[in-house]
Amino acid sequence: MMKLISLRFASMCFAAMVTATLALSQNITGAGATFPYPIYSQWFSEFKKTHGSVQINYQSLGSGAGIRQLEAGTVDFGASDKPMTDEEIGKQKVKPLHFPTVMGGVVPIYNLPGSSGDVKFSAQALAGIFLGTISKWNDPILLKDNPGLPDKNIVVVHRSDGSGTTFVFSDFLAKVSPEWKSKCGASASIKWPVGLGAKGSEGVTGLVKQTPFSVSYVELIFATQNKIGYGSVKNAAGNFIKADINSVSAAASGAAKNMPTDYRVSIANAAGKDSYPISTFTWLLIPSTIADGNKKKALIEFLHWMLKDGQKMAGALGYAPLPPSVVAMVDKSIAQVQ
Amino acid sequence: MASSAKSTSFTAVRKSVQMGDEAARLVTLVFAGGILLITLLVVAVLWDHSSLALYKFGFHFFTSQNWDPNSDEFGALPFVYGTLMTSFLALLIAVPLGVGAAIFLAELAPPKISSILTFLVELLAAVPSVIYGLLAIFTLVPFMRDTVEPALQSTLGFLPFFQGQIFGVGYLTAGVILAIMTFPFIISISREALLAVPREQREAALALGATQWESTFDIVLPNARLGIIGSIFLGLARALGETMAVTMVIGNDPSIKASLFAPGYTIAAVIANEFAEASGNLHLSALVALSFVLFLLTMVINGAARLMIMATSRKGA
Repeated sequence: MMKLISLRFASMCFAAMVTATLALSQNITGAGATFPYPIYSQWFSEFKKTHGSVQINYQSLGSGAGIRQLEAGTVDFGASDKPMTDEEIGKQKVKPLHFPTVMGGVVPIYNLPGSSGDVKFSAQALAGIFLGTISKWNDPILLKDNPGLPDKNIVVVHRSDGSGTTFVFSDFLAKVSPEWKSKCGASASIKWPVGLGAKGSEGVTGLVKQTPFSVSYVELIFATQNKIGYGSVKNAAGNFIKADINSVSAAASGAAKNMPTDYRVSIANAAGKDSYPISTFTWLLIPSTIADGNKKKALIEFLHWMLKDGQKMAGALGYAPLPPSVVAMVDKSIAQVQ
Repeated sequence: MASSAKSTSFTAVRKSVQMGDEAARLVTLVFAGGILLITLLVVAVLWDHSSLALYKFGFHFFTSQNWDPNSDEFGALPFVYGTLMTSFLALLIAVPLGVGAAIFLAELAPPKISSILTFLVELLAAVPSVIYGLLAIFTLVPFMRDTVEPALQSTLGFLPFFQGQIFGVGYLTAGVILAIMTFPFIISISREALLAVPREQREAALALGATQWESTFDIVLPNARLGIIGSIFLGLARALGETMAVTMVIGNDPSIKASLFAPGYTIAAVIANEFAEASGNLHLSALVALSFVLFLLTMVINGAARLMIMATSRKGA
């Protein structure tokens, strides 16, 4: 009996302690893109270490789900791999602001047994392969840049789940191929003309590894973390560029000159001789007015921290940090949060 | 307790027992009513959330083959076809295999072997489906691509089911993995049903001069048919709703093709794939409408199972 009472007392004390810390700390919830999840979760835990009272919880549900939750008001901020459309912004009760955080690239991966060296993909070749008009590896368009490819059917593999990766990839194809733009467009879910669908980056790489003569696309960070070889892509300046942190950052610098003030910009097929053409920003979506003063203060503090200390952590995880010119611009924009 | 008070305390106990009965009746009634309520709520919510797509496309939703989230065109037919086709293939493989194995375990196998095998089968039934999916990607898909499907194509290639390019993923592979996943259910429940047939029935048949096989096939099997049919429909229910393993090996292509080697899609798979990143309200609504279709499909199939059981019970004993 004594034991029971003391146990109960202890649990009451514990409950009181928990409520006390909860009252002191600031809880912020966000939801959205899966692509930046590794860096976001590191940022939020590092930020908590230096700003003990702020606990940011992030659910990586997908960009679309993040936008819907923001609209429903169930989260304090969203995150997306694609800029919101005017229509999507119109639906929101409070206008959200776009804050670019880091950059990533999407790379072509393939399974070519018995061939060595990286395959070079021109924009025309990539569009043709995913449209189904190029069906063999020894198609003249591919052979022009890659002599000696085999006489085999190309097996196209694509994401079956709606995904920011697919948006970035199709956005690039839509920019370089009018036929792709009219037939398939740029979206997180595409009605694919050819190919097999696989769920998630893991599913896509699994299927490519299992299927000889297949080709697909994954995020650069996924390819580097899992040590998957990938091809280079011809950029707008006509150079074949292999994606890495520098070439992705170069794409942002190329686009920085014409950066719109709301940052809703695609940097696919960006200008610049070193730019990797299938690059993208990923954005935090922060409401332009935040009623709760403490939450507003914490979020603004986080944005400043993210641009200063946070950017240094990006490279180690395979994300390209924002170029300094963009950092300076974004830092000024934080004042727009009211 | 004093003996003089015995009779009064007896009625008191009687009364409290009756009250206990009453309370138990009410509590279980509430639970049973809860099931009905949940079913009705599921229907109401599915109807409510799918109405946008169902009003917009009407009956066309069920006959259209076009699923294009980008231009807001949604048709359910490829998914319904894929769901029914893979489940049919699964049963085609799993029923003979499962019932055969159950007969062996219940009737023929030595008790020691039977109990070991039964344990293993029940273990198989508990494996999470994503594990089956991973196994399928790494072992079944290459095996189907390099061995089974080329063999089928070279022998039965004149049939439209076995033509076209071989990918390794597709309807047939999905059917095979579903068969592997459903047959533990069929074995384990069929075996119970076979064991439940009274021993006297077998002894009577043997006494009348039947061989062991005749006793099994003509006496035990008909007696256990309800349980066996039940096991098949339970397996079918799992096959219809199975999501992860199927989406990993079916190829996820919303189109209807005659070839079993071609990639396809199922209702459960497309919901799992597209729900999180649905591009707009209509897309979301179309996905809920698909889950409504799946719900109706399982209802119809369960109803059919009931009718079938009723029909065969009336005919037999």
